[in-house]
Amino acid sequence: MSEQNLQSQTVQTTGHAWDGDLQEFNNPLPTWWVYTFYVTIVFSVVYWFIYPSWPIGKGFLTGFSEITYVNKAGETVTSHWNTRALLAKKLNEQTELQKPYFSKVAASDFGQIAKDPELSGFVLSAGKVLFDDNCAPCHQQGGQGKPGFYPNLADDDWLYGGSYDKIHQTLVNGRRGYMPAFGEVLPAGDIDALANYVASLSGIGHDAGKAASGRALFVSQSAACYACHGENAKGRQETGAPNLTDGIWLWANVPGAQKPEDKIAAIRATIAAGLNKGVMPAWGGRLTPEQIKVLTVYVHELGGGT
Amino acid sequence: MEPGTDSAPALYQKRIPIYTRSVKGPFRRFKTAVLLFGFAVFFLLPWLPWARPDAPSQAVLFDLPGRRFLILGLTVYPQDVIWLALLLFIAAILLFFATALIGRAFCGYFCFQTLWTDCFIWIEHFVQGERPARLRLARQPWNREKLARIGGTHALWVLVSFWTGMTFAAYFAYAPQLVVDFFTGQAAPAAYITVGILTASTYLAAGLMREQVCTYVCPYGRFQSVMYEAQTLAVHYDARRGEGECGRAAAHAGLRTLDERHARGHGDCIDCKLCVQVCPAGIDIRDGLQYKCISCGLCIDACNGIMDSMGFPRGLIRYDSEANLGSPEPARPRLHWRRLKVVGYGVAIVLMSAYLAYSISARSGFEGAVTQVRQPLFVVLSNGDIRNRYQIRVTNKLESPETFSVGIKGLPESALDLGTLREVAVRPGHSAVLQASVILDPETASRTREIEFVITPRSHPNEARIESAGFHYSGQNRN
Repeated sequence: MSEQNLQSQTVQTTGHAWDGDLQEFNNPLPTWWVYTFYVTIVFSVVYWFIYPSWPIGKGFLTGFSEITYVNKAGETVTSHWNTRALLAKKLNEQTELQKPYFSKVAASDFGQIAKDPELSGFVLSAGKVLFDDNCAPCHQQGGQGKPGFYPNLADDDWLYGGSYDKIHQTLVNGRRGYMPAFGEVLPAGDIDALANYVASLSGIGHDAGKAASGRALFVSQSAACYACHGENAKGRQETGAPNLTDGIWLWANVPGAQKPEDKIAAIRATIAAGLNKGVMPAWGGRLTPEQIKVLTVYVHELGGGT
Repeated sequence: MEPGTDSAPALYQKRIPIYTRSVKGPFRRFKTAVLLFGFAVFFLLPWLPWARPDAPSQAVLFDLPGRRFLILGLTVYPQDVIWLALLLFIAAILLFFATALIGRAFCGYFCFQTLWTDCFIWIEHFVQGERPARLRLARQPWNREKLARIGGTHALWVLVSFWTGMTFAAYFAYAPQLVVDFFTGQAAPAAYITVGILTASTYLAAGLMREQVCTYVCPYGRFQSVMYEAQTLAVHYDARRGEGECGRAAAHAGLRTLDERHARGHGDCIDCKLCVQVCPAGIDIRDGLQYKCISCGLCIDACNGIMDSMGFPRGLIRYDSEANLGSPEPARPRLHWRRLKVVGYGVAIVLMSAYLAYSISARSGFEGAVTQVRQPLFVVLSNGDIRNRYQIRVTNKLESPETFSVGIKGLPESALDLGTLREVAVRPGHSAVLQASVILDPETASRTREIEFVITPRSHPNEARIESAGFHYSGQNRN
């Protein structure tokens, strides 16, 4: 006889025999497994009584467990236990934990916040979350900005001013940057001359002759660049007109171009087309005053200055 | 198992209950001493008082909410996790070292599974009597006496298990307060859950599962075999002496002295089976070295007792090495420590222990960590200068408040901008974060790869420490 047949005499079989001698072993599940399975069944029945479970018609079995929480309208609500209510409850708890810090922020002025290590620690971590949620979509992570679209908040150049009060004002009311398209009013030669002059301000390779006539145009009544950018082209924060003499460029992608003629071409294009897209929305109604205060300190911490 | 030679084993073997006989001897005495010492340390340590200015007066307290571990005079913070890593490393190497030298000494004498099982067997013995009495009790039908004795045993087990769990929890909260809170329903849910789980697992592991934990659950029991060498000392039965030419034989009339036995070709083993009866793993050591053996030495005690009463020389079961037992002329068993493995483990233990001791004794009163802000990697300022920003986290590990100041090394102080917070006061056991900027001109920036920050505690200026962080700048973006 084969070994298998010897085995089949000692191991339980299902009792059937096919084709004469084909049998099936009966290896029952381990006892501990079976009992664990029964326990899970009992567990599920207990669960039905406590938590929401079976759908019935348009509703469902709610379970006997209840949860009390404060909803968005500020009403205390008691309902059957559900994860949405649990989330609201937990959010409320966390908000309560943050409250003392936010009220301390509301009571302090900007300088006090920055000087208090614990409060500035809170502002930095809360500010980072607020910034990432609300500001980073445009200004990018860490406020590094995007050339041609959104200004860099981490550098020391501020279109509308980088003091606490100016940043706060910008956040609350929003900003709208505008520069007319000079391509419609000036001949191409004048625009080229202006571009050479602007390039000369930042030490970019340029045509000295064109730059000199550009300088004259800059302060003339026909182009009137000085009206916004100032006589020395240092910009004017009241109008948000940028300083043209520093190494920071937002709209004309000068740092991205390699050759001086490309850099001048980028400046020329900006002068000709003008700008009507420097829009920052007002956050006054969207965020609470405390949140805006936290963001002000956070943004000031990124770049700082005036 | 050879196919076809025997009935095939069932997949799930029912456990054969083990009723161990108690035994006297040096190994038993050593085990008892380790048990008493270990229990004394574990159960009493949370109750040892220790005066502290700003924490509960408990000698060993793992203050999880406070993020600190108070161990006698030492306060360990999560930043010191390297010590835990070193400790675990040393423990593991010590285990390998001992195993290479004297087999599963940890299993037999020190493992808490062995200690608690030993304690539970002692309770069983105390309530139900010696092995024959326990066997009789197990076989007899359920009556009042059996119910009382078995029930009493389990009740005592649960009691010990509960106090084990309670003691464990007491390491994580002020013990006297915890016990009072626990019984008045005031303790934290975590305390009830911890005590509950540990009560159940202790009762299950030491009371019901016992040697099955070592056989089926413990991974160490399974991989210890790779750490054995032929020279490793382990509990062995001297089969050559015990079996002779014609095998072991009971000490009948005419087989009572060694001369009579040897004349008839029988070995020295009188097959009393005492070594089997005392074994907590339920094995027969005479079958040779086996994976279930936890090397507790109780069979040595049992066999030596019998050898003494028979007037035979001791050591039929003894600590010996496979190499020695297999040699034609077995010598006296001795420690073979001059092996690469043993010496290597030994050197590792010494080095790591020395490093741990040094690290603890030379630890400073604060921790400083500098991280570069990498979003953006660097900023070009309006005058062309390059700015990198850093977050400096200072943790005060002293018992008193401390003020820290930050400077830089190798560059002019004017390059460092700390904003409004030039110094920061930190409470004991807390951290503070400083924002720092380093501003360099493009020339210096392209040469600089690293900034060295000097963090100085005001009251211990000589403990100033240097923490370095990278400086990033790529000249590509210059205009």
